Amino acid sequence: MNEESRLIPVATDQDVVRVRQLVRTVSVEAKLSLVDQTKLVTAASELARNTLVYGGGGTVEVARVRNEIRAGVRIVFADQGPGIADLDLALTDGYTTGGGLGLGLSGARRLVDEFAIDTAPGEGTTITITKWCR
Amino acid sequence: MALSPDESGRLADLLSEHADGLVVHWAELVGNGLQGRMSRPELERQTRDLQKGFQQAFAAGARDLTDEEAGELRAQLGELSSNRARQGFSANETAISVFALKDAVLGVIGDTSDAQTLRDFVAFSGFIDRAALFTFDSYVRVREALIADQAEQLLELSTPVVKLWEGVVAVPLVGTLDSARAQVVMERLLQTLVDTGSPYAIIDITGVPAVDTQVAQHILKTVVAARLMGADCIISGIRPQIAQTIVALGIEFGDIATKSSLADALRYVLGKNSYKVVTSKRTEH
Repeated sequence: MNEESRLIPVATDQDVVRVRQLVRTVSVEAKLSLVDQTKLVTAASELARNTLVYGGGGTVEVARVRNEIRAGVRIVFADQGPGIADLDLALTDGYTTGGGLGLGLSGARRLVDEFAIDTAPGEGTTITITKWCR
Repeated sequence: MALSPDESGRLADLLSEHADGLVVHWAELVGNGLQGRMSRPELERQTRDLQKGFQQAFAAGARDLTDEEAGELRAQLGELSSNRARQGFSANETAISVFALKDAVLGVIGDTSDAQTLRDFVAFSGFIDRAALFTFDSYVRVREALIADQAEQLLELSTPVVKLWEGVVAVPLVGTLDSARAQVVMERLLQTLVDTGSPYAIIDITGVPAVDTQVAQHILKTVVAARLMGADCIISGIRPQIAQTIVALGIEFGDIATKSSLADALRYVLGKNSYKVVTSKRTEH
């Protein structure tokens, strides 16, 4: 069951800040613990920046979700960029093509409960992450 | 479409003939839009100045807002919009200040079937539209300048480097650490290290809401740069949730000293310099 979702276009550094603030607000509403809030906000920050830097901009959709047992927050990052050719390599700690630490994508995966990535060269990238209340 | 010389002449006459009635009606219309946020006498004074501006521009033979004869009027409109922008009025409310003149003039003309009067009014209306657009442009320019100023002030404000002890400086980071700010922080810190001859720098991240890889990278670069200059860096203000996030992300701070609070960091530095923090008992006399 999905509750209302909120969509933010990501085209500038300011938008990444806006994504972070929205994710923080929604996480508080969903009653995530402080540690989980911080983890989700950090993961969102990493992925939103990837959307901007590697995807050439895109959208971020934040929604509160609920399954039979728990409530949580789901975030979808979508871009129409070049896509990821070698997913295993991209998910390797320390691998980067952009001069960063190379921990954004792999680290974000460790920060959340569910991590799904849909990409192909030339077809953009869509990443869906979910964090559940404990 | 520019006014004909005859038209601007007739408009100048119209504005001067009905000056008082126009100003009252005009100020009333503008006042309704501003909902009492500007005093009536001030509004009437502004409106009277503006009415004179239009009248003089037409009397001088201005046929379009871009004409030399309308220079004075343009300056007036520019000033009006920059005042409105600084006082926090919306762009809409600012443009209304000019548009309302149309209604005021229409009120003066009254019911007429005179074709020439109507043609004059249409031409005049076009002139007012351009004046209002000009106002809008100036308004946006002023607001953009305001925002740029504020962004710059914020950058200055948010990155102080403070001296905590002889030989110890600290940077309390607050808010989002983007590349521009990280650059400012690094420059300030390195300069202060040189100026004060301090061998120790404490970077406090208590006020940073989320430490992602970009923030971490900025901090690491600053630490490495400080080390190159012979200074030792300590990172403090690492709260439990930040610590857990950093571990999950896989960021490693290596051999950089980290502390949970600024107080701990200061105590650590003092300890390294063989200072000892003791509680002194006051001797009673």
